[in-house]
Amino acid sequence: MEFFDKKTSYPFMGTRKRWYAVSAILILGSLASLAVQGLNFGIDFTGGVVMEFAFPKAADLEKVRSDLAGSGFGDAAVQSFGTSRDVLVRLLPKGSEDVNKVGQKVLAAIQQQNPGVELRRTEVVGPQVGQELAEKGALAILFTFLLILGYVAMRFQWKLGVGAIVAALHDPIIILGFFSFTRMTFDLPSLAAILAVIGYSLNDTVVVFDRLRERFLSMRKSTPGQVIDAAVNETLSRTIMTSFTTMLTVLALLFFGGEILRGFSVALTIGIVVGTYSSIYIASALALDLKLAALDLMPVQHEKDAVDDMP
Amino acid sequence: MHSYPAWKIWLVTIVMLVALVLALPNVFGEAPALQLSRNDRSAFTAESQAAVAAIVAAKGIPADAAYREGDRLVLRFATVDKQLKARDAIREAASRDYLIALSQVPRTPAWMRAVGLKPMSLGLDLRGGVYFMYEVDVKGAVKQLLESMERDYRTMLRDERIPFSGMQNDGTDTVKILLRTGADAPRVESLLRKRDPNLVLETDTLGEAGSVSVTVRPEAIKERQDFAIQQNITTLRNRVDELGVTEPIVARQGLDRIVVQLPGVQDPNEALRVLGATATLEFRLVDDQNSPADAERTKRVPLGSKLYHTREGEPVLLKRDIIVSGEQLVDASSGFSEGEPAVYVKLDARGASEMLRTTRENLGRPMSVVFIEKKRVAEAEPCNGVRSGTECTEERVISVATIRGVFSSNFQITGLLAGEARELALLLRAGSLAAPLYIVEQRTVGPSLGQDNIDRGMRALAIGLLVVFVFMVLYYKKFGLIADAVLLANVVLLTALLSMLQASLSLPGIAGIVLTVGMAVDANILIFERIREELRNGVSPFAAINAGFEKAFSSIADSNVTTLIAGVVLFTFGTGPVRGFAVVLSLGIMTSMFTALVGSRSLIHLIWGRRRKLESLSI
Repeated sequence: MEFFDKKTSYPFMGTRKRWYAVSAILILGSLASLAVQGLNFGIDFTGGVVMEFAFPKAADLEKVRSDLAGSGFGDAAVQSFGTSRDVLVRLLPKGSEDVNKVGQKVLAAIQQQNPGVELRRTEVVGPQVGQELAEKGALAILFTFLLILGYVAMRFQWKLGVGAIVAALHDPIIILGFFSFTRMTFDLPSLAAILAVIGYSLNDTVVVFDRLRERFLSMRKSTPGQVIDAAVNETLSRTIMTSFTTMLTVLALLFFGGEILRGFSVALTIGIVVGTYSSIYIASALALDLKLAALDLMPVQHEKDAVDDMP
Repeated sequence: MHSYPAWKIWLVTIVMLVALVLALPNVFGEAPALQLSRNDRSAFTAESQAAVAAIVAAKGIPADAAYREGDRLVLRFATVDKQLKARDAIREAASRDYLIALSQVPRTPAWMRAVGLKPMSLGLDLRGGVYFMYEVDVKGAVKQLLESMERDYRTMLRDERIPFSGMQNDGTDTVKILLRTGADAPRVESLLRKRDPNLVLETDTLGEAGSVSVTVRPEAIKERQDFAIQQNITTLRNRVDELGVTEPIVARQGLDRIVVQLPGVQDPNEALRVLGATATLEFRLVDDQNSPADAERTKRVPLGSKLYHTREGEPVLLKRDIIVSGEQLVDASSGFSEGEPAVYVKLDARGASEMLRTTRENLGRPMSVVFIEKKRVAEAEPCNGVRSGTECTEERVISVATIRGVFSSNFQITGLLAGEARELALLLRAGSLAAPLYIVEQRTVGPSLGQDNIDRGMRALAIGLLVVFVFMVLYYKKFGLIADAVLLANVVLLTALLSMLQASLSLPGIAGIVLTVGMAVDANILIFERIREELRNGVSPFAAINAGFEKAFSSIADSNVTTLIAGVVLFTFGTGPVRGFAVVLSLGIMTSMFTALVGSRSLIHLIWGRRRKLESLSI
């Protein structure tokens, strides 16, 4: 079995303007959503209380809400979690209230009204810890970018480096946009997934770049556009294959990994699709628009040797 | 003929054999068990092990396995029912001798345990338990240091008969001694130098009066903070031991945090009751020259004294000088002294010498214990003490007793009811924390959720593996089988590494393994695609294999480095489960590079390499 029997020759670079437009719309949409409604941060970042309960039979969320309101927790977010029997209660920290005591009170309020309810999980995060995690997370993303930028700049050429970084920025923005638009909870595992996506997306890009370098040296008569098209086409089968197998496992996580990993799996699923797309249409195309030429990828060593050889 | 160095094949063989052995303990699963430790904290011997074995055997519930691990004895049972029955039997027969904890232990055979082979350790989110993160009030610890300096200086100046009008303590690093006559300053300075040559001193004269500021060096402050955290860790460890939890973790994290992990504990409130008291205590002399009732009525407290209240609300006047504070308390326990309930107190050397001096000078006078509790309160919540922002400090006198003899490190507090003695001992122990602790994060995972998480993670892993397996065979035929074999080897290798490192596996960690499975085939795909390309260009099969591996190498290396960077950054910044994910991701990248580059090539060589001529490849 093969996806592409013969050598493919899709004119990727010829249609790049169209895809720039698509990406621009996606990114602007994501940024707009992030600006307007922000992210629905999980308690990992905001601090607060999350409790998961297992009810003996399908839970009446309205009743749980009113039970909690009766105990002074009218602002609790109550939602079902995975199945109709599992209920998630989320409370944000209020003023200077001791978050450690909130958990006990919520448990008492729910168990009093609904006997037989099992407490599956409690997470209490102090606001200062949440803030620290958020800061650390932002720093982690920044550092990943800086280090990868350094690596790509060292291994390749700055025009490719710019392409790679724009592509790598492109992907997390769209993932964050999705989380913002759907109001999905953005928690610590989701952040970890975003960092993994940055690494993954770069992985695809770097494979294309590697081929690009090779082709620029062997196809000296062709235009940069033709060379890039050739490189992308030649690696296309691999790009699709790897994305496909990774996608298979990530889908297994999404469907079978349970609710706790939901944010993580969703971020990865989007990341793989967007990351594959961006390494084809954004990373290489940008390098072309930055007037990447064969000369940029020539090993500097050769010129020096040539001078030395001169009589 | 395809040539490939033999040592690489041997390397792969040896690595895989070692990996198989290391990964093996994971296939046995876990079983319910009892973990016994002796109440006198001595280690189990063959005799005491036999004694316990006899108790359970007499009830007809012999353990499946019994072995000593460190100081503890582990008894493994087939079912939870038997485990609980055995616990009851041991409690009934010898409840005073042992601390019994229920736990789950791996069912690995004895020989594996003997050579130190262990399965992967599961994180709290997989086996259930409680996680607390404490923040130590290191500022409070420094404040205590300054207060004790202040106390020292008061005594010193009084002894030297140097008049002073007071002390100012800025709470961060400086104590300012206000002298009545500035001319005394040089003498005070030299006295201070003699005590501690490392102090930074600054003199100031103001008219006739003067002052000497004593600033503590940053190193000394750091040392003090480290000490406070270390003491808190020690105290927490002792309390955790009281809970009888197996494999607890009490560890420092960062500058001022302590993480406590209690696997298997189901009720966080019970654990909190034991661990959670954020309290300290002080022994002070009672001011019996003045009337506390007057002081309360007139709101005028005599110089050198401070007004306190007992838990019943009675006013008590105490001397400002602290004799001994909680950090110097080593142990407190309740018992009986000459038939009367008593609390036995043990102090460290510094506390002992202070206590000796005080009791010698104040025989027959009353001494008290002040219990100081710090908690965070809401604005609406009442605070029966001093409120500073959201922090409420409640100080109560928990005991007033007459000094009946000269004593130092060991003494008893008597004149209590039996219940009171027990409570006082508990409060004293609770108050021995050097600096106040606050809980800043708390996570509890129930046992059913832990098991669900394992099941879900494993199901996702199994399905992910299976789908990738099938797909690779469909797409690359026999070479796909090689990729599958290599993928399996990769999972074994990763399991072996995780077991060896004993890094705790979390749910995101399992997700990392699943993700690695998807990404690990990437290296093989890169190689196979390259081989196909070479074949399409009309290159001979053997040459195509060689070219495929060679040309794919730079892509494989480059692309893995980027993911590795993300993994390392995650490891550096992440904590807990996320860190587990980072470990798995980074290790997975490295193992997949090894298996794909060296492993698959060795396999290909072993299968096809020895043929004289190869017409076509099944790729």
